[in-house]
Amino acid sequence: MTPILEVRELAVDLGGRRRWLRPDLPPVRAVRGVSLSLRPGEVLGLVGESGCGKTTLGRTILGLQRESGGEIRLDGAVVSGLAPREARRARNAIHYVHQDAGAALDPWWSIGRTLEEALLVQGVRDPAERRARIDEVLAAVGLDATARPRYPHEFSGGQLRRVALARILALRPRVVILDEPTSGLDMSVQAMVLNLLGTLRRRYGLTYLFISHDLSVVRRFCDRVAIMYLGRVVELATAAEVFARPRHPYTRALLAASPSLSPEARPPAPIPAGEPPSAARLPPGCAFSPRCPHAQAPCRRTDPALAPDGRGETACLRWREIAADTMLPA
Amino acid sequence: MPVPTLAVEDLRVAIRGDEGVARILDHIAFRLEPGRILGVVGESGCGKSTLIRAILGILPQGAAIGSGRILFEGEDLLAFSQAELNRSVRGSRISFIPQDPYLALNPVFTVGAQMLEVMRRHRPGAPREHRAHLVRLLRRVQLPDAEAALDRYPHQFSGGQRQRLLIAAALACAPRLIVADEPTTALDVTTQQQILLLLRELVEEMGLAMLFVTHDLGVVAELCDEVCVIYAGQSVETGPARALLDAPLHPYARALLACHPDRAEGFLGIPGAVPSPLRAPPGCRFAPRCAQAREACASRAPHPRRAAPGRMVDCILHDPAAVPA
Repeated sequence: MTPILEVRELAVDLGGRRRWLRPDLPPVRAVRGVSLSLRPGEVLGLVGESGCGKTTLGRTILGLQRESGGEIRLDGAVVSGLAPREARRARNAIHYVHQDAGAALDPWWSIGRTLEEALLVQGVRDPAERRARIDEVLAAVGLDATARPRYPHEFSGGQLRRVALARILALRPRVVILDEPTSGLDMSVQAMVLNLLGTLRRRYGLTYLFISHDLSVVRRFCDRVAIMYLGRVVELATAAEVFARPRHPYTRALLAASPSLSPEARPPAPIPAGEPPSAARLPPGCAFSPRCPHAQAPCRRTDPALAPDGRGETACLRWREIAADTMLPA
Repeated sequence: MPVPTLAVEDLRVAIRGDEGVARILDHIAFRLEPGRILGVVGESGCGKSTLIRAILGILPQGAAIGSGRILFEGEDLLAFSQAELNRSVRGSRISFIPQDPYLALNPVFTVGAQMLEVMRRHRPGAPREHRAHLVRLLRRVQLPDAEAALDRYPHQFSGGQRQRLLIAAALACAPRLIVADEPTTALDVTTQQQILLLLRELVEEMGLAMLFVTHDLGVVAELCDEVCVIYAGQSVETGPARALLDAPLHPYARALLACHPDRAEGFLGIPGAVPSPLRAPPGCRFAPRCAQAREACASRAPHPRRAAPGRMVDCILHDPAAVPA
């Protein structure tokens, strides 16, 4: 199946500038050579800790951030290498749902006006059509037309997520980038939002890039998972494989550290000491090597690329030996 | 039975506001023994923060204690004046770890100055000894470069390091009870796990009791010995963490656990919404959303019953005295 969205060797540098009489300020290499593809209708989870570049990657795919290298293809056509304004036009089929739905809505604008503006920007001229589309998407997210004259502060956190989803649905997206769609929600509300996301995906044939740090949610909701560490994808495989047989030492550590209702059922792995280094000061070799319990001299020299591992891809020089050592089924 | 470090009995708190009287807490009850960690779990608006404020004696203006006792090492904190709490309880025998370590530290003073100030008020000994003790604590909480850390400012630390600083600060005056308000919510999972392991070790090492308020059931499973599940200001079920999480008895606890992605059969959520404390339903507050509710639930006063060893459940289904439907 041809991927709906394909990202090849994508690199994003943030900041950095020349300075007079002082050393240049080097850019932060937020995304370093990421390759991913989204198959139509799938949910790809993008997982990593804060500062790993997952949000930057999402923003770059959307076109809000210009890539400094690599290629983005939408339905096989190259849509990268454009200035942000044209990039957004070319990537009209991709939309983004903000992490904080409340902050992404204008408190002075009624929900109806906010939803209508999105359609106006997209050039829907006919008021009757705008109205019909707004009613349709409000119903699709489980709100009704009475939501239209109301203001964001009148809604609960879960309802605001519904409004945020309605806003992008009105634009008829095909790929939706969901940035931490369940963070800050209560457990019962989170369950309803996930349920709604599943329903919308089936009903509208959507493809999701699901950015999250909550592994319990990713495990249940995503078809495939990409694990990011300091700007790179270090492991990519089906969710079932990643959770049953993690290959990269960072994935193992992440799984071992993430709270679970059945802590004893997790594959054991050492929790790395310390904290991830800043992307502005990357260590030589594999970026995880300073915290990796399995790192050896070659790891500190070579930065491994993502390579096929038989059931997905892993970016680790030693995954075979580690799998053998730790007695996990390979 | 040993004297519990903290025993909350039938606590009711109401806050009078512009819109009327909000009955925020309506019968909260639990016990916490030394060397144990009790997780207080509930969704937003269930009264977790009010409970913390009641224990620390910092309820907002307009709040009134309707009934109940908060027994700390056998003494009722509700009978203490603010001056007595300051002198012999808050900051010394009971300490607090906040949710946001950045907001809790003053950005214009070095962390050492802030932490030593508290020790000067509450701990006997000379400043030099305080400093040495603090450096020992910072080493114990695995803060890198403990000696120099005291002279640095809050912004020079990462989120995880700031939380370590506040854990050291909470331990500085040798407390008997630590109240922790979602101290790991803002942290990444690997850092969170490091902090949880550290808290567990410290509680065991020092024989403290810890009240750990959270909404994260996974964290409870990792860390806590006991759990108290709160719904709309009522403690609906308490018991040993493992047993309660594996087989919750109260319909709300069951519904909540069924929402967790590790357990969910399908993502359904709980229909309806948490009632406003201004218009709380009479009787069991979960009854309007409960699939197993009966007519009697609407008039039933909170009445926790022992449903199994160490487990208290406040539900008509587990009340042998209730008339069967």
